[in-house]
Amino acid sequence: MTQTPRNPRRRRFLKTAVSAAATGALVSCGRAGSQWRFFSTEEAKTVEAISERFIPADQDPGAAWAGVVRYIDRQLAVCFKFRVFRELYRQGLAGIDQTSTALFHARFVELTSEQQGAVLKALARGKPPGEIWKQVSAQQFFDMVLNHAMQGYYGDPRHGGNRDGVGWRTLGIPLTPVRGREQFDLRSLPRATGGAS
Amino acid sequence: MALKHVNAVVIGAGAAGGIVAKELAVGGLSVALLERGQWYTTADCRKDELRNQRTCILGNPFGPDDERNPRVAVDAQGRARIVLPSEGNYQNNAACVGGGTVSYGAMAWRFMETDFRLRSTYGPVEGSTLADWPIGYADLEPYYEKAEWEIGVSGDVTPDPFKAPRKKPLPMPALAGSRETELLRAAAKRLGWHPFDVPMARNTVPYNGRQPCMRCRWCVGFACEVDAKNGTQNTVIPTALATGNCELRTECMVKEILTDSWGRVRGVAYFDTRDRLQEQTTDVVVVSAAAVESARLLLNSKSRLHLNGLGNRHDWVGRNLQGHSYPRVAGLFDIDLYDDLGPGAGIALCDFAHHNKAVVGGAMMTNEFMRSAIQFVAKVPPDVSRWGPEHKAFMRRAYRSHASVGGPVQEMPVFDARVQVDPEVKDYWGIPVARLSGGKHPHVIEVAKFIAEKCVVWLKEAGATKTWKSIPGTGLSGGQHQAGTCRMGNDPKTSVVNRYCQVHDVDNLFVIDGSVNVNNGAFNPALTIMAVAYYACDHLLKTWKGTKFR
Repeated sequence: MTQTPRNPRRRRFLKTAVSAAATGALVSCGRAGSQWRFFSTEEAKTVEAISERFIPADQDPGAAWAGVVRYIDRQLAVCFKFRVFRELYRQGLAGIDQTSTALFHARFVELTSEQQGAVLKALARGKPPGEIWKQVSAQQFFDMVLNHAMQGYYGDPRHGGNRDGVGWRTLGIPLTPVRGREQFDLRSLPRATGGAS
Repeated sequence: MALKHVNAVVIGAGAAGGIVAKELAVGGLSVALLERGQWYTTADCRKDELRNQRTCILGNPFGPDDERNPRVAVDAQGRARIVLPSEGNYQNNAACVGGGTVSYGAMAWRFMETDFRLRSTYGPVEGSTLADWPIGYADLEPYYEKAEWEIGVSGDVTPDPFKAPRKKPLPMPALAGSRETELLRAAAKRLGWHPFDVPMARNTVPYNGRQPCMRCRWCVGFACEVDAKNGTQNTVIPTALATGNCELRTECMVKEILTDSWGRVRGVAYFDTRDRLQEQTTDVVVVSAAAVESARLLLNSKSRLHLNGLGNRHDWVGRNLQGHSYPRVAGLFDIDLYDDLGPGAGIALCDFAHHNKAVVGGAMMTNEFMRSAIQFVAKVPPDVSRWGPEHKAFMRRAYRSHASVGGPVQEMPVFDARVQVDPEVKDYWGIPVARLSGGKHPHVIEVAKFIAEKCVVWLKEAGATKTWKSIPGTGLSGGQHQAGTCRMGNDPKTSVVNRYCQVHDVDNLFVIDGSVNVNNGAFNPALTIMAVAYYACDHLLKTWKGTKFR
């Protein structure tokens, strides 16, 4: 049951596969003075503001309340697959402030909802104002944050988002993933030979 | 220390490998069943929308793990990129005891007679290596039946007028319908089509000592919480182990197949659970690692008499990689369709699987398994915004009131859709990884569009007020339905194995899995893979009783 490889070949593998997979330079996790694992306090606020525009509060809470930032921050710190997104978050979050400053003379979190929407639309169209977007694809950044926000809102709460199952409540579907049991009374049926519970 | 000699080594404990191990062990051979993954049970059931075999945003629960198993994928522009198992273009199939059958949706289809005779039915297709199977439906019929009864299949195919002749009914009845299936059934009948209950490897009554489906919706991508879904891990593999003739070794990664100075197989070299290199000698080797990994292993097994890899004298190993192209159409209704009743897919029809005037082939059509909320997020119609208040409102309006139908279009095999071994990239164990390149035949997209039109008609008749389509792209296909890379055929120059799944020029080496499929049918291929495994084992055991492969 060796889930975690523990021998020297791992080092060789990491060299061949991981760095070749263009995961980017290893970025330090967590910033001094930040309560988050990956984001700085300012970055987290920006991510929260972006995600709230993606899934705004209406009669149901929005992405900020649902803990979308907590989901993204946790995955960036612990999920193997999310390593490839780290660098794009660092650069993109700086980039979106450059765009906001160029268009509305303030950082993204300081803008009105309408202004934030306009900045996001500029990103989605590609080639928004901002030095960073000359090296980094704005559309790629937009799509990445959009996907992750949706995962944090509608995905399973065990990963840090979808607080109290708010995403499922919004859709009007049951919260517990142990669904279907109420349809049948299993006690009246023959039990499987071990294993099933 | 040298391992004790065994009669047979089976590589891969999936849909085919589990059956092979059981048939050979029951037949009296000593068998070592090697599996690179672990053995999961119902206790490992996690109903996690973000981490399952179908939606692997955060990884694959049933392997292979992202950390140790890269592949190289080459896109249409020729750019090579390292991909992880939980990424789409990796063409992943689960790596665990039971293989894909632990987490599949469990549709258990027999192919139609025409599926084995595509070339003689439709004629040649330009740019495709389309051919007939060297065996026909009649050869497999008894083995389909055996698979249905040993694995356990429920459903009712009697209303299907297009089905191939069968001797016995399915062992278990169909589940009662859900709101969605009954709406679609009535609509299909009004259209003059022939809907029926999907055959599923799922208990609907107590069977094989296990209980029936409790009708949660969590089938595709998940292990069954109550062990009512039937795969090889809870049927034939326990039987194989109970004989005392079969040893299952998990977390064993096979490096290469070893040959002797005559070019015959003498054993396999593999890394065990603790990454020690082991050598297992044997009389016969059966490769059942699924289309990509089986081809990779043969290509990695080079020797003086097999310079390009085993079975690859004519450069056919790894060619014709295919899966299924799924057009899907979603429909929005004015009524609440959500009754939370699994397994989701339940109604099917074969009216457009074959003999369509406009196109070569077609597809069985069925409604879809569970669409989790996160899956539905990206499936909004093109005229609805992907974000903001409009998206959220649409999610709220549509999620409980939509249905989705589609079907597996059989693909026209393409010679350049292929598996090679990468010259540079190696996996954690230092074994060269699979390099995937090529794409689909363009006609497949035409067939998919044709099927999508039929889906629209079906949904509109059922009362959908709005429909929207998703048509597959031209990229390489494979995934859970991967097939074709070690084609079965009578001519050694244009195939890899003979009609008994025996590699043409190495008599004690067999490939038994989806790799041998000449084409993949208009259906999910699991039951056919199982039937071919039973069929091939019959031949293997007969040869064993005669020559013992010596």
